[in-house]
Amino acid sequence: MPPPLPAPLLTAADLVVGYAAQKVSRPVAGPLQLSLWPGELVCLLGPNGAGKSTLLRTLAGLQPPLSGQLGVAGQSLAGLSAPARARQLSIVLTDRLDVGNLTVRELVRLGRYPHTGWLGGLTAHDEAQVQAALHATGTAAFAARPVGELSDGERQKVLLARALAQDTPVVLLDEPTAHLDLPNRVALMRLLHHLARQTGKAILLSTHELDLALQAADRVWLLPAGGALHAGTPEDLVLSGAFAAAFVHEGLAFDAATGTFALHAPTGPAVQLVGDGAAAFWTRRALEREGFVPTTAPAPLCVTVPPPGATGWLSQVADQPPQAHATVAELLRALRRGPAQP
Amino acid sequence: MRPDQLSPAPPAAGTDPRRPAWLLALTGLVLLGFVLDIALGPVRIPVAAVVKILLGQPTDNPAWTFIVREIRLPKALTALAVGSGLAVSGLQMQTLFRNPLAGPSVLGLTAGAGLGVAAVMLAGGGVANGFAIRALGLGGSWTLVLAATVGAALVMTLVLALSARVRDNVVLLIVGLMIASVTGAIVSLWQYFSAPEQIQEYLLWTFGSLGGVVGSHLAVLAAVVTVGLVLAFASAKPLNALLLGENYARSMGLVVGRSRTLIIASTSLLAGAITAFCGPIGFVGIAVPHLTRALLRTADHRLLLPAACLAGAALTLACDCVAQLPGSQTSLPLSVVTSLLGAPVVLWVVLRRQNIRSSLT
Repeated sequence: MPPPLPAPLLTAADLVVGYAAQKVSRPVAGPLQLSLWPGELVCLLGPNGAGKSTLLRTLAGLQPPLSGQLGVAGQSLAGLSAPARARQLSIVLTDRLDVGNLTVRELVRLGRYPHTGWLGGLTAHDEAQVQAALHATGTAAFAARPVGELSDGERQKVLLARALAQDTPVVLLDEPTAHLDLPNRVALMRLLHHLARQTGKAILLSTHELDLALQAADRVWLLPAGGALHAGTPEDLVLSGAFAAAFVHEGLAFDAATGTFALHAPTGPAVQLVGDGAAAFWTRRALEREGFVPTTAPAPLCVTVPPPGATGWLSQVADQPPQAHATVAELLRALRRGPAQP
Repeated sequence: MRPDQLSPAPPAAGTDPRRPAWLLALTGLVLLGFVLDIALGPVRIPVAAVVKILLGQPTDNPAWTFIVREIRLPKALTALAVGSGLAVSGLQMQTLFRNPLAGPSVLGLTAGAGLGVAAVMLAGGGVANGFAIRALGLGGSWTLVLAATVGAALVMTLVLALSARVRDNVVLLIVGLMIASVTGAIVSLWQYFSAPEQIQEYLLWTFGSLGGVVGSHLAVLAAVVTVGLVLAFASAKPLNALLLGENYARSMGLVVGRSRTLIIASTSLLAGAITAFCGPIGFVGIAVPHLTRALLRTADHRLLLPAACLAGAALTLACDCVAQLPGSQTSLPLSVVTSLLGAPVVLWVVLRRQNIRSSLT
């Protein structure tokens, strides 16, 4: 990992993003104070409509800010020419690609656009950058294939390769994990984290993958709808309650103890859960799905999970003798009958 | 990414080695079509004599020299300009609109040029009388070109202004068709209230013809098409960026507004001038780009633009050869031949290649 540079790559002061149409400006988010540092992976999180895409598009210079200052590499973004801006910032968008005959390598070569002359001819250095981008993203193997024949996961990696070939200190990605299956989402996040560390680039991505973002991000920008942006390491944001607050209006409760959103509202009695390890974790999830409230405090209903390596669950109602169950399914069946009809 | 960590790039990986061969083959076809187009006609001239005359050597028949120099060479040169100009104009439109159905005629550009021509020809008497147009010489031809170009540019600007509001390509296409329809209706209305002899002149123009573009007219057409082609070739790099859509193009440092203006200017000059002199010639503009993409299997405009030039010229020359109806004194309207012959050829190539999907765009 290269030593961190003393200056942030991207700064925003009192930035208000939104849309201006017919003299009426419609702010979406702001005022925001932001900074992106070299070598960090930042995840932009927030509910739908909070302005994540608008913010990314504004940072990339695709739309003007309503007010505030944007600085890139110590210069004002507004003062940069289009090619100079494109040498500082690259972006992966959610726009549909319809490029027919274009091969993967040709698409990645387009990333060299701001570095080439008026005819767009590539030098040996440009080709080396293209090859490096293909290698870094693991797309070199299908460089000769047409982009139209790629799977969603492959296409997303190729688009990332194009942004890398643009060779900018800052890389922005708008929902790169959308439309990907879980292994591809994990692989992409791991790749981005690795790239930020290896190349010293600042990588900012918006995503709805909260758990993945909490695991992979060096910092999180939390953008609640209409609220103020919170920036910090994911752990600090979770422990301070900012994370739970950002998503609270969606009617979901974030559980800081498990790092997940509660899917099931508790409706049943408390259950004392005895035991630990993977068995306890999954038993807890099963109990929550059934509406019970698992707890470690003593309760009239008690479930003991098997120790590691063993199987067999014990359930005990008040002072009655414990019952044994071979599987979670049997345990749940017994509990459904249990306390209601002794 | 540090360059010193890199493995060396494999030379020219991912490029098709057959592409230069295709360019050569297309050049050969253009030359063949050029000579054949001059040789064929009511008076058949041997190919050897044609080559001799073109190379400036004397032949045994002075009448042949006159026919070639004064009639057939200008016509063949016009075919070159028309074919390459329309093909390049169509290619630019398809990339700019990211729509495989875009072309000079479909989006109302030809209709706009037609309106310009109608305005000059039908605008009742005065300086720009329909009969006087061909006799007006350089001044008149500039008037005609200007009118057609302004007409085409007006329609193109309108379509583009609407394209900024309409994100859906299909909706935009419908908008273009409606504009073409309205423009056509205005011309019809104008014809309805015009004198029969004026209408006849306009109707003859709509059939499309490569003949009659001689002397100063040819110089004007060649000059305007050259300017249009130069502008188009200068747009090769922006066109490549626009393949990914406007947002990506802008993020890569393209000044989209300026490039768009350049592309519109080029397309309007090409389609406007060609339509002004030769009438609305359909099909070449929309089909040749597809043909070129299917043959070369590339989306790189630095390759597609010259290839489309060659393919458009070859196709137009071939169609003009057929329009001569060998052994007959009459010739068919060119726009009819291009559609009758060209469409099956393109269908055959695209279907045989089994890459219809990838050739569209």
